[in-house]
Amino acid sequence: MTEPLLSVENLCVSFPTNRGRINVVDGVSFDLGRERLGIVGESGSGKSMTGRAILRLIRPPGRVSADRLRFEGQDLLSLPERKMRNIRGARISMVMQDPRYSLNPVMTVGRQIAEALRTHERLGRAATRARVRDMLEAVQINDPDKVARMYPHEVSGGMGQRVMIAMMLIPRPQLLIADEPTSALDVSVQAQVLKLIDDLVRDHGMGLILISHDLELVARYCDRILVMNAGRVVERCAAGELDQATHPYTRGLLSAVPKMNETRAELPVLDRSQWEGT
Amino acid sequence: MTTAISLTDLDISYDGTRVVEGVTFDVAVGESFALVGESGSGKSTVLKAIAGLAPEWTGGMKVMGQERGHGPNKRLAHVCQMVFQDPYGSLHPRKTVDAVLTEPLVIHRIGDRDARVEEALRQVGLDRRFRFRYPHQLSGGQRQRVAIARALMLEPKIMLLDEPTSALDVSVQAEILNLLKRLRAEQGLTFLMVSHDLPVVGFMCDRIAVMTKGQIVEIAPADALHDGAFTNPYSRALYAASGGA
Repeated sequence: MTEPLLSVENLCVSFPTNRGRINVVDGVSFDLGRERLGIVGESGSGKSMTGRAILRLIRPPGRVSADRLRFEGQDLLSLPERKMRNIRGARISMVMQDPRYSLNPVMTVGRQIAEALRTHERLGRAATRARVRDMLEAVQINDPDKVARMYPHEVSGGMGQRVMIAMMLIPRPQLLIADEPTSALDVSVQAQVLKLIDDLVRDHGMGLILISHDLELVARYCDRILVMNAGRVVERCAAGELDQATHPYTRGLLSAVPKMNETRAELPVLDRSQWEGT
Repeated sequence: MTTAISLTDLDISYDGTRVVEGVTFDVAVGESFALVGESGSGKSTVLKAIAGLAPEWTGGMKVMGQERGHGPNKRLAHVCQMVFQDPYGSLHPRKTVDAVLTEPLVIHRIGDRDARVEEALRQVGLDRRFRFRYPHQLSGGQRQRVAIARALMLEPKIMLLDEPTSALDVSVQAEILNLLKRLRAEQGLTFLMVSHDLPVVGFMCDRIAVMTKGQIVEIAPADALHDGAFTNPYSRALYAASGGA
């Protein structure tokens, strides 16, 4: 078998607390090919930290260690910072949660997208503009020339997130990490944005890591799912087999969500007593 | 009179811009009624107008049979209380849980404060040791419990719930929804709830009003969520986008 796109083994991220260092990600391992992997968990489960650790975005005093963290045959942990910068954005890129905080408010949308491209490729001005235009069209923005001249406050949340996706995909990365890409958006826009990510990932044959707290959504858009709790992977399964999940935490999460045709008088709750020390 | 909230042809504006238009509905005593819609549809604004936080309105508004004026109304606080979306933003960071819960009692000159605070904490399922903690020492779910306890201090009849669980994890959401449902049954409360999450509304409410662009396009029984029996095209689209069959 050929080497997977991304290979993670025994990944740990730790932060100091007044009770010593605590592992917020505690021995996570997975391999990713050109497929869609979902990482699900509640706040504090370490799912976002896993995504950030792959891009080496954990700042001191946070510390990352792993037995293996390889991407396209390169060891990400030992790579010098300058080489790492060539990977971020160009080879692996990340879509963040809220476009309102992740876009530069004093730069037009077009310039921000062009900046992402220019950082990684040398292109003439006309060629750059054409690529930006094509990319905006690819994320289904109707009037790309007009939108390119707009500032982030002039676009809606859904459009802002599409701009973010355009910016992240324009250097043609091999792996996209999407950290709660739609939780700041309305339900009707959510579906459009996820469909868009899905289409682009398929068309370009990229790998996708979709990080979310929403089990059902991840099941709909991914091939495989990892469920995380307290820094550990508690369950791995194919997306279609989520309803046969065996771990009590996964089952608890699944049943705690109200259903559209809800008839239960009370929702089952997770027993937190086991990990709530204080 | 068995109508808890009665709105007729309500228009609400912010600085002269009309954001809610011609909203009319009645909520019966003991009923749980939901306003659903996307961001910007004006659903929260309706709650704010009832609570007195959006005074620029015209039309008819009755709360427990009483005509509601435009200004702040101290008596209304005994009848109607609001719980906000973000438990991180709605509690004073420098006040202990005890201070937060005592404040309404001080304002309304109600005695027996110690016992009432203890009782409120018990009702929302918070241990007594949380009484002298600050908000930053609590989790999101615990904070929302404090916010609910604060709303219950004056023993209101109506609770206005503005997305009470959308900032919480699903397992915590289940706990808070169960809590609200139990309180409603125990104390005979009337709920007016705003949410964008249709399954949550289906769990909590009897009737739902779908809002878009400042107007109510449809009022349907919550059972419509089981089979998608909506008549308005916008309601159907919202239902489909939320994963309804």
